[in-house]
Amino acid sequence: MPNVTLTVNGKSHTVEVEGRTLLVELLREKLGLTGTHVGCDTSQCGACVVHIDGNSVKSCTTLALQADGTTVTTIEGLAAADGTLHPMQEAFREHHALQCGFCTPGMVMSAIDLVQKNPQGLSEADIRHGLEGNLCRCTGYHNIVKAVSAAWHTMHGKELVAAE
Amino acid sequence: MNAIFEGIGASVRRKEDLRFISGRGHYTDDMNRTGQLHCILKRSDRPHAIIRSIDTSAAKAAPGVVAVFTHADLDADGVGGVPCGWQIHSKDGSPMVEPAHPVLATGRVRHVGDPIVAVIAETRQQAKDAAELLVIDFEDLPAVAHIADAIAPGAPLVHDAAPGNTCFDWHIGDKAMVDAAFERAAHRVKLDLTNNRLVPNAMEPRCAIGDYDPMSGDFTLITTSQNPHVIRLLMGAFVLHIPEHRLRVVAPDVGGGFGSKIYHYAEEAIVTWAAGKLHRPVKWTSDRTEAFMSDAHGRDHASTAEMALDAEGNFLALRVSTVANLGAYLSTFAPAVPTYLSATLLAGVYRTPAIYAEVRAIFTNTVPIDAYRGAGRPESTFLLERLLDTIAHDTGIDRIELRRRNFIPADAFPYQTPVALQYDSGDYQSTLNAALKAADWDGFPARKAEANSRGKLRGIGVSTYVEACGIAPSKLVGALGARAALYEVAQIRVHPTGSVSVFTGTHSHGQGHETTFAQLVASQLGIPYENVDIVHGDTNKIPFGMGTYGSRSLAVGGSAMVKAMDKIILKGRKIAAHLLEAAVEDVVFENGQFTVAGTDRSKSFGEIALTAYVPHNYPIEELEPGLEETAFYDPANFTFPGGCHICEVEIDPETGVTTVVNFTAVDDVGRVINPMIVEGQIQGGVAQGIGQALLENAVYDQQGQLVSASFMDYTMPRADDLPNISVGTETTLCTHNPLGVKGCGEVGAIGSPPSVINAVVDALSDYGVRHLDMPATAHKIWSIINASGMKMAAE
Repeated sequence: MPNVTLTVNGKSHTVEVEGRTLLVELLREKLGLTGTHVGCDTSQCGACVVHIDGNSVKSCTTLALQADGTTVTTIEGLAAADGTLHPMQEAFREHHALQCGFCTPGMVMSAIDLVQKNPQGLSEADIRHGLEGNLCRCTGYHNIVKAVSAAWHTMHGKELVAAE
Repeated sequence: MNAIFEGIGASVRRKEDLRFISGRGHYTDDMNRTGQLHCILKRSDRPHAIIRSIDTSAAKAAPGVVAVFTHADLDADGVGGVPCGWQIHSKDGSPMVEPAHPVLATGRVRHVGDPIVAVIAETRQQAKDAAELLVIDFEDLPAVAHIADAIAPGAPLVHDAAPGNTCFDWHIGDKAMVDAAFERAAHRVKLDLTNNRLVPNAMEPRCAIGDYDPMSGDFTLITTSQNPHVIRLLMGAFVLHIPEHRLRVVAPDVGGGFGSKIYHYAEEAIVTWAAGKLHRPVKWTSDRTEAFMSDAHGRDHASTAEMALDAEGNFLALRVSTVANLGAYLSTFAPAVPTYLSATLLAGVYRTPAIYAEVRAIFTNTVPIDAYRGAGRPESTFLLERLLDTIAHDTGIDRIELRRRNFIPADAFPYQTPVALQYDSGDYQSTLNAALKAADWDGFPARKAEANSRGKLRGIGVSTYVEACGIAPSKLVGALGARAALYEVAQIRVHPTGSVSVFTGTHSHGQGHETTFAQLVASQLGIPYENVDIVHGDTNKIPFGMGTYGSRSLAVGGSAMVKAMDKIILKGRKIAAHLLEAAVEDVVFENGQFTVAGTDRSKSFGEIALTAYVPHNYPIEELEPGLEETAFYDPANFTFPGGCHICEVEIDPETGVTTVVNFTAVDDVGRVINPMIVEGQIQGGVAQGIGQALLENAVYDQQGQLVSASFMDYTMPRADDLPNISVGTETTLCTHNPLGVKGCGEVGAIGSPPSVINAVVDALSDYGVRHLDMPATAHKIWSIINASGMKMAAE
């Protein structure tokens, strides 16, 4: 069986995998990083989103072999070493953007990528469109949109003007 | 009493969030046990077939395979079938037809997804590969999936024991009184409608891990459940015959339930039993396709509703006839859904003096149907609120005025309906008024004109509703056919230094119990919120409990906590009286202090706790040491949240696409402990209601094949399908529980669907549309517009 060498949350790993092993299986089963979830089998729900070299990717439809030589960040790698949360994590908590928490890791990872790639600004419609690859069954998205908007302001150093 | 509620009403940020936002939740599939095996279930791809033979030899010989089990192995061990928890009797007094529901299909498969063989291997992939090597010889039988086909004369039978595919034929209300009222009515309005079949689709797929300790004989089941004690009871007593003290059921973090994780499922029994056979842990994790064909579905009713009115538009009588699809087997609470959870709500918020409803429940070759968020109340609410708008349409009476004219007045509570329930409190005019104002109902014509000028159709719809939750009084539900009680249990353990662990029989799978309950207990005991920990989801830790569904956790579970805390406080007063050399009657407890009334002599809650555990100066002859109390709370009645939902839509006549542009909910959920959480619950419920109304539909083809078995085919609401959802509350207190709370988990999904369809029908009023069944998809609407040959009025 082939080896995959990759950096996950700042730590280098070399792992033996089958050709068919998915990245999410490598993360969950080989590295014990169970924060990345599997919610479907058709690449629709986005619970498995991680960052590969800074881009959000659905790890349930990425072969582990494809991640060879890359740098992967999962939900467990977002907070600073001292435990300080990422602004997106803070915003999700502050705005009650999660209920059961199952979609949350993927939602947070997608949202960070969305915010990082749109420094010019994100309207409510932009956020809703940008998150359509992530399903949440609990919140109705209302508070997720609020959280992402708030995090955009924090991450881009802009002051948040109360919109509501 | 007032002091109890200090601190309640704050939007405290949730305790549970830290672990969820950092990827440190503990969902069942995140857990693995040493030596664990993996189970894959070979399921039927046929809707209905006789199993002629099963050849497991190749699968058994495949790499990594440890065991392959069929029904014969279960039978040899005396494993029972999956039980049903509710028995309905037909009109003629006969009990419902209750066919066997084998854990693994026995001789015949009855729906796509029916499990047939369990393949257990060292890895999940090996089990999957081996399952591909199974050879099953089927003899296909004709199948029925849809209500109309199942009740047609000569329809194929799902169960030989159920002629006409009828499980039961039940009724409620006074038929003669209703018939007489129809005779003398000035108006009679009739509507045929369906309530579309849904798939709950909690984001976390179901998962179960069974384990067995041959030294002690103890079984453990870790499972994605809303009610671990119920699973222990059902599986232990009826399926595997394991006594409670040998069976531990753990429901850790659970990623959403919406009803679908109430029921005892075959997979739970399979992994537990297999662990006992193999002396190794066995794990099964559903994939999403499997979830579509094995999680209990929701709704699927076809009804005819008729209202009799006098000349002024006052309701005289309501007559409803419903056929409810229960699927291929009876799921845990399925028989209760179309009957006591639905037909009993047909009075709605209206003083209809006479109601008669009959419900025929049928079997089909489809996945079992059971309670899904709202469970019966969305069906009756959709029926009533669509009927209301149809009456307005047919009689020309304004739809708001029609509702106001027939509301149960605020001074009529307690109000006895003609269909068994007694509502304790409510004020329907006030929620309607608040919603009309918040939605700017009066400004709608201007918004419609503006939309028309852009070539869009615009409609507005209202729904005024009440529901029954906080389930339920045990004696009452027992009389109605429940095979279980529905009280709730709380244990309050005060630790020696004054911090508190609360053990609750309810279960949180998104509701934020760890926060709301901590707020409740902290405020009542006058201790810091941080000093309270909520423990749930483990039958070895929690005395007992019935779990979370029917918006019952705070109304029933929270009331049990209040009852347990009352006992703690009484004992604390006795200890304080001893320390302060006062009479117990003179010691009052307020803000965390036990004080001799009218003096400054007092002891803190922490001092009393320490004294209870270090009883050196203590009335040891009269009082046991320690400070821990348990309470069972059995509610006196259901609770009755209600309110008003207003939906405003725009339809693009070129594409038929409906966009919800405004959504306003004003609900009366009783006392609110954490407004942020309540708002989130209602928004989530509304999202599911909008999903039902516009997008979601579980589709079987004529042959019984499940066509919509993935997120590619079943339309889940996405972020860009939904609007912002404005939520307001207007409060009347529940009169019979100590907190005055009613419940907020389901109101969103109950009140919203008819408001959406009423808005769509309103938008399509120029096209002669009187009614539209859910989901109002773009294709359905485009077809109506296209067939009319009409252009827009504005053009």
